[in-house]
Amino acid sequence: MSVPRSMRHPLRLALLSNGFLAFWCLVAAFPIVWITVMSFKTPFDAFSSNPFNVILGPDTRSQGFGLSLAEILVGLALAWLLIRLAARWLPGQVARFSPPGMTAFGWTVAILMYAVGALILFLAVLPLVMSVLNPWLGPLGRDALGLTIEHYEAVWIDRKFTRNFGNSMLVTAGVVSVSLTVGTLAGYGLARSGSDLAFWLLIIALIFRALPHSVLVAGYLPVFIKSAEILRPIFGEAAPVLYGKPWAVIAVLVSINQPFTIWMLRSFFHNIPRDLDEAARVDGCTHFQAFRRVIMPVMWPGVITAGLFSFLLAYNDFLVTSLLLDGRNMTMVPAIAGMFNRETTASDEVQAIAAAVSITAPLFVLVLVFQRQIVSGLTAGAVKG
Amino acid sequence: MRFRTFAAFVGPSLFLMLLFIAAPLATVFWNSFHVTKPLYEQVEVETCTPGFPKQVCTTTLKQEPILDERGQLVTETRFVGLESYGNVLELPRLRAALAGWDWNAINNIDFWQALRFTLLFTLVTMPLVIGTGLLIALTVNSTLQSIRGPVIFVSLLPFIITPVIGALSIRWLFIGDGILTAALEAWTGRDIAMFAQGWTIELMMYLYRVWHVAPFAFVVFYAGLQTVNQDALEAAVIDGASRFERLRYVIIPHLMPLIIFVILIHLMDAYRVFEEIVGFSSQAYVISLQWLTYDFLMPDEAGTRSISRASASAMLTMIGIILLVAMPLRRAWRDRRGNF
Repeated sequence: MSVPRSMRHPLRLALLSNGFLAFWCLVAAFPIVWITVMSFKTPFDAFSSNPFNVILGPDTRSQGFGLSLAEILVGLALAWLLIRLAARWLPGQVARFSPPGMTAFGWTVAILMYAVGALILFLAVLPLVMSVLNPWLGPLGRDALGLTIEHYEAVWIDRKFTRNFGNSMLVTAGVVSVSLTVGTLAGYGLARSGSDLAFWLLIIALIFRALPHSVLVAGYLPVFIKSAEILRPIFGEAAPVLYGKPWAVIAVLVSINQPFTIWMLRSFFHNIPRDLDEAARVDGCTHFQAFRRVIMPVMWPGVITAGLFSFLLAYNDFLVTSLLLDGRNMTMVPAIAGMFNRETTASDEVQAIAAAVSITAPLFVLVLVFQRQIVSGLTAGAVKG
Repeated sequence: MRFRTFAAFVGPSLFLMLLFIAAPLATVFWNSFHVTKPLYEQVEVETCTPGFPKQVCTTTLKQEPILDERGQLVTETRFVGLESYGNVLELPRLRAALAGWDWNAINNIDFWQALRFTLLFTLVTMPLVIGTGLLIALTVNSTLQSIRGPVIFVSLLPFIITPVIGALSIRWLFIGDGILTAALEAWTGRDIAMFAQGWTIELMMYLYRVWHVAPFAFVVFYAGLQTVNQDALEAAVIDGASRFERLRYVIIPHLMPLIIFVILIHLMDAYRVFEEIVGFSSQAYVISLQWLTYDFLMPDEAGTRSISRASASAMLTMIGIILLVAMPLRRAWRDRRGNF
């Protein structure tokens, strides 16, 4: 297909525009890449003002943490092999072993097993083999690149970040599942109603969407702290204290996210032809049966997109979780803010960086897997509206 | 769809929104006019020190909080009218500062400083986000098909990153003699400390927010560019329109609804500026309205939270955002009402 004339660029403009694009990509990726590099170095290297020291890590190397050229080459080759294997061999195995109709579950298990296997290979088997081989390899076997995972060990093992991780997973899983269940029904109802009431509900939801979260938290906090007293007439002595409870935070985050979810799902259901459920209705289905039998099989792309954004809201939240959860149930993001706000040493700071990279890694995988859904979700509200 | 069915579909969602959005707003409204304080009573305390020939005893009057039979503080809730609002707004200080044309004095009052920063932040970042997003969208749209996917992937990273972590990562690049501060120092030839004064921190916050949100504007505009009418562009070329004129008279009008949409979302989100304050630990220099409420809600040294003041500042914050989004919202409404 030839490029339309209106889209053709003179060479100078093409160079300029591609140069700008390269610059933007550099700006977009640099902070994330850089803190990832920093998290593997000793504090002295990580905060060095010389970029080459940060990358090569001479101080880290001098403390005995390093990779030799041979190790780097073998590691890269191994990584390449693993990726090839994942692309070629894994799909067949998943198809063979997962029970029919549960391929999604099969994939989850397969990816988890694969990741654990790769971790063991890189962190245990490879160092062991290379420590035997290195002395034989001469200059190739000498340490070239300083690299240490001690900060990750400190964060995940000594500081019990696993507990924060568990709390984060609990809150996000709760928010995503509840918010999708409630939001899908509402989105479908709003898309198919077309009444004035539906319109006004959407406008009110938009106004709710504008409210800063601190306004709402100011409303929850006093009630949640005193909730045992307030609820005693209803629940008797079993009245719960809502403050600090993960499920109370799940309810709060689901509600805060509802306006956005129903807007997005409404526009998605709007694009599913009405004829589909009307045909089912003619055949004698009620609205609910039509929804279950006709709409549910085709709604998953939109639901996955909405679920991604619910996930992001719950996973990234700082304000609500830091105010409504106590220390024991803290999720990852507020926990990391607590890590560096105290009087910190440089080593604490690098540990905070390692924690930050740990928090970012799942998001990275998320973009890698769901890029198309995220893009369609961002544009859904705007283009189709 | 009959009303009963509609209610059954929308009911759960509506219930959640009423319980966790509308009801808290009512509580905030009520709390902003009431103050809850522990009750105190005067007690005579006799303290004795051993002495000779007999102990020396003194009685003093002390203020002690009253405890009920379960050992809990007895509190009293009182209607105070606009007192909490007065405490937040600090009008006498503002008046004194205004009378003396003293900008620094205004900047020392928490609320007005927060308001100044929040509004400036929203209004400064908005054109930057729109401009950067449009520029990236146009360049991506004119580049090779094969590199568009990777570019979109890289662009999504700043958008998807946890805001606090994003702000922290920028902070780690600049803190102390961090890599970018060192680069700036080498370039300008002078000693730079990015975290030692308010305006440099503010500058980093603006840049961070543009970095964080521009991908969103980019993706929305890029989707819009796919539907530009190619015939109209061809016609413009034949009519002798320059590249800039085509952009100005064909592409921008086509994207206008999307630009309004991005402006609306950006107003809502930028007005919430909060994570930057946490990430950059800038509360000594720069604070925002959300941070002000957050700070009132956090327990102070004595462990008390000033709920009433937080509610007053929350109400003021809410009034601000409603005023701010009223205009673009009305426009978006007019556009949508037609094809709803």
